Amino acid sequence: MTLAANTLSLTRGDARVLSDITAVLEPGKITAIVGPNGAGKSSLLMTLAGLLVPDQGSACLEDRSIGDLAAQDRARAIGYLPQGADIAWDVAVEALVALGRMPHGDGHTAQGTAAVNAALGALDLEHLRGRPVGCLSGGETARVLLARVLAGQPRWILADEPLAALDLSHQIRLIGHLKQSAQAGTGVVIVLHDLALAMNHADHVLVLDGGTCAAQGAPSEALSSDRINTVWGVRSEWIGQNGTNPGQQALITHGL
Amino acid sequence: MTRASVFFAALLAVLVPLSLLAGRVWIDPFDVAGSGANAALILMELRAPRAALAIVVGAGLGAAGAAMQGYLRNPLADPGLFGIAPMAALGAVASFWIGAALPPAIAAWSLPAFALIGAGLAMVLLALIAGRTSSGAGGGIALFTLAGLMIASLAGALTALAITMAPNAFALSQIVMWLNGALTDRSWDQVWIAAPLTAAGIAVLFAAGRSLDALTLGEDAARSLGMDPRRLLFLLVLGVGLTVGAGVAVAGIIGFVGLIVPHLVRPLTDRMPSSLILPSAIAGAALVLTADSAVRIMPFVTELRLGIALSLIGAPFFLWLLIRMRRGHL
Repeated sequence: MTLAANTLSLTRGDARVLSDITAVLEPGKITAIVGPNGAGKSSLLMTLAGLLVPDQGSACLEDRSIGDLAAQDRARAIGYLPQGADIAWDVAVEALVALGRMPHGDGHTAQGTAAVNAALGALDLEHLRGRPVGCLSGGETARVLLARVLAGQPRWILADEPLAALDLSHQIRLIGHLKQSAQAGTGVVIVLHDLALAMNHADHVLVLDGGTCAAQGAPSEALSSDRINTVWGVRSEWIGQNGTNPGQQALITHGL
Repeated sequence: MTRASVFFAALLAVLVPLSLLAGRVWIDPFDVAGSGANAALILMELRAPRAALAIVVGAGLGAAGAAMQGYLRNPLADPGLFGIAPMAALGAVASFWIGAALPPAIAAWSLPAFALIGAGLAMVLLALIAGRTSSGAGGGIALFTLAGLMIASLAGALTALAITMAPNAFALSQIVMWLNGALTDRSWDQVWIAAPLTAAGIAVLFAAGRSLDALTLGEDAARSLGMDPRRLLFLLVLGVGLTVGAGVAVAGIIGFVGLIVPHLVRPLTDRMPSSLILPSAIAGAALVLTADSAVRIMPFVTELRLGIALSLIGAPFFLWLLIRMRRGHL
């Protein structure tokens, strides 16, 4: 089940934030959306999630426009993880993760409970299930919020900067969890700021610049030094083992 | 029923008989006839409707407060924020002007009728505004709430205008007295007006529960889970409109119940907004019943107004709450 943007344009307020974006994303892979601040990364992710309505073109799940799907069907197919950890009430971890079952309406049945338990298990959260979310560390909170998405067993996981505010080890672990999901056949789309993480862990990279798609393809092509210079205005070079996947490359920046 | 519902229902079951027996005339539960010639009359025609009304009004305010806090994702939210209560009050104040011109048979009903019309007008205004704010992503709730606050300010200003231009001193004192809500001298008629509307309102708010739970994750995540913002807004305006509108129509403005009750209930639940609505209704009933019985017993020459009494308790509680939140206990 592919997720695609077809000549998609989006206006928010008076500003054109996305122009004529066409991309086909494959399930079973990690797609990274990168770009400078204000390039439209979050807007594209939200449009793909069906939360923003494009004024031209469309976002499609397989061959159906996401705007035409019933909210419940869309919610079952696409799990969306917004940026930041904005949890209004100090509920227990298990109750929060169970919200992921809302599109299925089975939070309290055996099936729903099994899905919640599987999500808690996949992210090593079983020992925290009764803990109020207010007592969790940043890394634990990020895992709980991802577990909420996993509990819904969506075909696609769309996550907006899930690695921001996480330390190195939590970043690597969370990427590992997302890779597991991708290997199980789920499509994973993440907005990233760290180009090295995109280079080393994504299967496919979409580079946005000023609301247009500057490049897309394999990480080594989409994130070449030339491209980084053009899009971010930063001279840089990749060092380390090139072409390996998962690669172990680092970005060295020059200038200033 | 959850633990919180059972706890507050048990409390209410104890409070109701106590409230019926307490007052200027204390009634002996084992000898009603011996408590005075009019004891049975006092019990059935004065105290029973008053207790029933306290339960109805308190339940509506408690449930509305719980739903509003869930909707705004904010423990400081209050049912008055949508402007429904001030509009209902404005309608009631208008009835003091217009009611005088009506034939006596209708005049008796004009106050609750006008209050309900005011609440209905606020609901229509909110629905019109919602049509313009709920499209597009994010921020819809904040924008909508600001619109509600503007309705509240406008209704407040018009009410103040009506007070300053009162036709005579008697009308002025009537209006001011009425604005500080009370349950004195109410009959079963008022119960029959308020009870069905409040019950319907609580049922509507209950139906919004799961969507309110989803909002725990924020507006965008909730929408991604299939929460329909328009449907939720509709349920909330209808539910709060019915409960608060009915409450103001029969009791005037009673503040702080909707704000405080969810805080009393929350520690006894799993803190999900949907888990709060029913126990908040029961706890709200218990709180208003207690406060109303207390003002009845207090040895003042004229009875302390219930609305004033609740604000006297409510304001210090609110302050304490703010200080606690500052320390990060919420």
